[in-house]
Amino acid sequence: MQLTRRNAILMGAGAALAAGLPFSVVAATGEEAIAAFTGGAEVGEGDIKLTAPEIAENGNTVPIEVSSDTATEIMVLALGNPTPAVATFKYGPLSASRTASTRIRLAGTQDVMAIAKLADGTFVKASSTVKVTIGGCGG
Amino acid sequence: MAEDVKPRVKVPKSVSAGEAITIKTLISHKMESGQRKDDDGNLIPRSIINRFTCDFNGENVVDVTLEPAISTNPYLEFEALVPEAGEFKFTWYDDDGSVYEESKKIAIE
Amino acid sequence: MKRLTAALTAGLMAASMVSADPVDDTLVLNGETTIVTRIKAPEAVADVFDEVISGWHFREEETRAMQADDFDNPGMIFAELGEDLWNTVEGSEDKSCASCHESPDNMAEVRPGYPKWNEDAGEVRTLEMQINDCRENRMGAEKWKYTGGDMVNMTALLASVSRGRPVNVAIDGPAQSTWEAGKELYYTRFGQLELSCANCHEENNGRMIRADHLSQGQINGFPVYRLKNAKLNAVHDRFKGCIRDTRAETFEAGSPEFIALELYVASRGNGLDVEGPAVRN
Repeated sequence: MQLTRRNAILMGAGAALAAGLPFSVVAATGEEAIAAFTGGAEVGEGDIKLTAPEIAENGNTVPIEVSSDTATEIMVLALGNPTPAVATFKYGPLSASRTASTRIRLAGTQDVMAIAKLADGTFVKASSTVKVTIGGCGG
Repeated sequence: MAEDVKPRVKVPKSVSAGEAITIKTLISHKMESGQRKDDDGNLIPRSIINRFTCDFNGENVVDVTLEPAISTNPYLEFEALVPEAGEFKFTWYDDDGSVYEESKKIAIE
Repeated sequence: MKRLTAALTAGLMAASMVSADPVDDTLVLNGETTIVTRIKAPEAVADVFDEVISGWHFREEETRAMQADDFDNPGMIFAELGEDLWNTVEGSEDKSCASCHESPDNMAEVRPGYPKWNEDAGEVRTLEMQINDCRENRMGAEKWKYTGGDMVNMTALLASVSRGRPVNVAIDGPAQSTWEAGKELYYTRFGQLELSCANCHEENNGRMIRADHLSQGQINGFPVYRLKNAKLNAVHDRFKGCIRDTRAETFEAGSPEFIALELYVASRGNGLDVEGPAVRN
């Protein structure tokens, strides 16, 4: 699926319904997070890469990595979480590369998205579906 | 201040001037999301590390905003340029106002 | 295997168990120390297994990688907190662990041999019991809660210095009756689901139980940092979780039943290297 902004909002809505939360609150939060970051600018494809496991053994600790050649800031969103914001990396003059790795919480199987603000002021995004295994016994 | 908060960073001891290095950081912290309920059904208030910064000799390397979706014991890895000998300063900002700091010196080979 | 698991999570989680072999991989800590994670089955299980395999092989790539580096392994920060405790003077005797034992590295031979018969006390002791004995009788300090934070951090420290040394618990002599009691528990079906340890970890290891990849239930990696609760988990707490999942009333951490079970389960992994604090799902 091409992850358009519209789809992203719809997915957020799906998560909201699943979580039994009012539609408008969560959908707005997802959209707002993106809008606040981009100032409403168009988000294209390009110089941003998101690496995440295809399958996360547990949604509580999921390793991810973002990288770009020219980003000044990278925002990470988990679109299926009750609150989609995950982290924003702002790169200073002594950053050697526009990369970062961290570990995140995912409420269930969903798309994780990275949006980069590039040095030329434009925005690009990449996303990756992470399947979260639920329903083992696992003590 | 939250209990047993211990920052940990990994920085090479020395490097050639102008070279890039990988830095890893971890801090033991619950990262209470504000979404969970206790046994009595009351919402447990949010208590997270909400910002992390790394500076080298006063110049910024990375400034990270962390949200409740960051896992317990937040882990961050990134790359820094080392133009000269000096000191990295790492700072974690807690919701409760606490600030945790760590620093590491690095020499030029 | 990845594809198989993917298919399962995609909704094909039938009640049937599906085969998913342990991964063929080698655990090298910090690019230096190779850990023995599979080896010819020891005496205690030679009749049921050809080989005993660490739970590490049953986890996904990212989880395995997290354990292979001491910085990436979040369990190690708790071993460091354990080291702070090691150096903390407490109790009426004004002593820390370090006052007698000096460096934790001197304890490298300890973890692999526990649980172990204590001649003076006339009982099989777990490492936790021995730590509390030290605290009470040598330091004049208060005992720690059996699976409390301080205790788990200390056992993480003691396991960490033993990594790369094989588990080697004695099952004969005075420990034999405790070992036999543990064996009986292992094969006893508990709870509304009527499951014994053996039903999952002996008969069905390597298979999927819904989305979970069943391991042999080895305990050489304890205490383990679990991604699930993002903390270190003591082995008796893990036993509790397993028994609770059979929908049974469980035994208490530190109970005679769990001490016996720990000795027996440890003996099923004699020969596997100590891995604690390991990383698991």
